[in-house]
Amino acid sequence: MFWQGNVACAEAAVKAGCRFFAGYPITPASEIAERMAQILPEVHGIFMQMEDEIAAINAIIGASWAGAKSMTATSGPGFSLMQEGIGYAFMTETPCVIVVVQRLGPATGQASKGGQGNFMQARWGTHGDYSAIVLSPNSAQEMFDLTVEAFNLSEKYRTPVILLADELSAHIVEPVKIPERIVVVDRRKARDHSEPFFGSSDPKGIPPMPEVGEGLNILVTGSTHDEWGYRYTSDPDVHRKLVTRIYWKIEGNVRDIADYEADIDEKAKVGIVSYGCSSRTVYEAIDRLRGRGIRVSHLRFRTLWPFPDWIVEELAEKVNVILVPELSLGQFCREVERAAHGKARIISITKIGGGEMITPKEIIEVVERI
Amino acid sequence: MKHFAVKYLREEKLPTPFCPGCGNGILMNAFFKAVEELGYRDLRDFVFCSGIGCAAWIPSPHFMADSIHTLHGRAIPVATGIKLMKPHLKVVVIGGDGDLAGIGLSHLIHAARRNIGLTVIMVNNMIYGMTGGQVAPTTPRGIKTTTTPKGNLEDPIDVARILVEAGAPYVAKWTTYHVISLKNSIKKALRKKGFTYIEVVSQCPTSYGRNAGFKNPSEMLKWFKENSITYEKAKKMGRDIWKKKIVVGEYVDIYRKELTERIRMEDLDYEN
Ligand SMILES: Cc1ncc(C[n+]2csc(CCOP(=O)(O)OP(=O)(O)O)c2C)c(N)n1
Ligand code: SF4
Repeated sequence: MFWQGNVACAEAAVKAGCRFFAGYPITPASEIAERMAQILPEVHGIFMQMEDEIAAINAIIGASWAGAKSMTATSGPGFSLMQEGIGYAFMTETPCVIVVVQRLGPATGQASKGGQGNFMQARWGTHGDYSAIVLSPNSAQEMFDLTVEAFNLSEKYRTPVILLADELSAHIVEPVKIPERIVVVDRRKARDHSEPFFGSSDPKGIPPMPEVGEGLNILVTGSTHDEWGYRYTSDPDVHRKLVTRIYWKIEGNVRDIADYEADIDEKAKVGIVSYGCSSRTVYEAIDRLRGRGIRVSHLRFRTLWPFPDWIVEELAEKVNVILVPELSLGQFCREVERAAHGKARIISITKIGGGEMITPKEIIEVVERI
Repeated sequence: MKHFAVKYLREEKLPTPFCPGCGNGILMNAFFKAVEELGYRDLRDFVFCSGIGCAAWIPSPHFMADSIHTLHGRAIPVATGIKLMKPHLKVVVIGGDGDLAGIGLSHLIHAARRNIGLTVIMVNNMIYGMTGGQVAPTTPRGIKTTTTPKGNLEDPIDVARILVEAGAPYVAKWTTYHVISLKNSIKKALRKKGFTYIEVVSQCPTSYGRNAGFKNPSEMLKWFKENSITYEKAKKMGRDIWKKKIVVGEYVDIYRKELTERIRMEDLDYEN
């Protein structure tokens, strides 16, 4: 298939079992909604354009409690509006997928121009303590593959998952191969009261999820709740227990969730860590550098959060310098630097504005100056 | 003998946390009377969605049913998602005026416009009760609240009439004095397929009553009785009447094809 990234995303969602989409138009994500509006009815799914992004996130939460795999797609301004709802999904352990096609901000910024300024927001956007799963594609193919992965992780961990795309992967038209067999994970469903819906004896446990309308009398609340969903507005232990589990069920499984591409030259003294659109520049730069006999290693993250610290640290132990190119003013670099634990020098390469990419030449120049 | 409504309640969660004399209990009772008269022995066919506020605590956690306590103002979009996926369920939204007519107003209007089959019951106590008595979009002019210490300078919103204009096929408004009519409207709403809205003007003795000069809850009920006028009468009177009186009754009761039915049938018919 020759597909635009956004189209690949929508097609993948349906293949992963998505049967409910609610959204609100926004560049550069609208094509996802447009494609969903076409293909969801064909599989008896529901497409809804809501009155705003707040309604969209809340509608997919409702649909998820009605048993559907559900999704929304947006960009910076809409993602900001959704934050309270995303927090609700974390707190109530509601699986759903939020696709964010990054553009330039703050505010309306440059609507049709690519950027990577939502890296931190995707992790820390809503208030309180929680841990988030955030994936990031760098091609139309990965818009497909990682959308499937986002649904699977969301169902497995009973949590919202954010697919943090960017203008490039969303709009690029590339060949997309649909795998012959697509692995689809479904949530563990509660059918009776034998196991609590919001608790587990395992501090990293993922409780089974009930569905409304099946006579189970389920209670769902975004307020602090015990393992059966009863509200406890001041009990310290109930809060601690719930929120630490919600945190550790993700953080404690970082090795299962981590997905990355490692192109490691054991002898290289220079490393590059990248994600999303910026990684494509790095491929090009590395080809040219290696062509000239300069040894470099490259790590490219498909999972951005929980941040795979140890992979960065391992690289930092091997190299002297790590370059971190990104289309934001150092958000990603800050995390790489933290994970490197001072074991390598970190050089941030940043660019923002007009959707201009960092060029291979700019990366090569930095390498030459080291 | 146990109270008739116990079968609809989580007994271990009683009594409710509402202040003595709060109107929330009156609505709760009217709702269960309606449900009982319709022949429901339990609430299996229902899903309740509520936002944040005292009124939002009516179903959650008290009703023995599926109950989703959502964010402040967001019960309607959550309910919309549920109804779209499971149209056979009775999806009922219960909330306060701050929740539904303040922060969540646009969802309410759009739900009426879409004619999605939700029943929305708004407890209009004319104040933000849970947060301690701040002015609401429903607070009458002149009333002193914690954030209008000299009296409210704004006029209240008339949600019922807005929803009629937005296309809701059923809109009724009562007060906690009009319990029988309220119950009958709830019955009617629960039997209808489209979007239905019932507003109940209610007393919050703690945060509204005292500031507005009422000595006790029964004084407020008396005031509701004396200051209400029927929709039929109001229609024949001047524009001012809507501001001066609580206009009670059925504002509209018509047929319009409900959204999930239209989706299922891909029905683009403009007639209904
Ligand atoms: C986004 C957000 N803003 C503010 C609040 C605080 N808050 C909680 S309840 C409430 C108002 C409740 O008033 P109303 O809906 O009229 O219900 P009542 O308590 O009067 O029944 C507010 C403002 C909140 N929970 N969330
Ligand atoms: S504060 Fe007002 S609305 Fe809330 S429970 Fe008390 S009386 Fe009822």
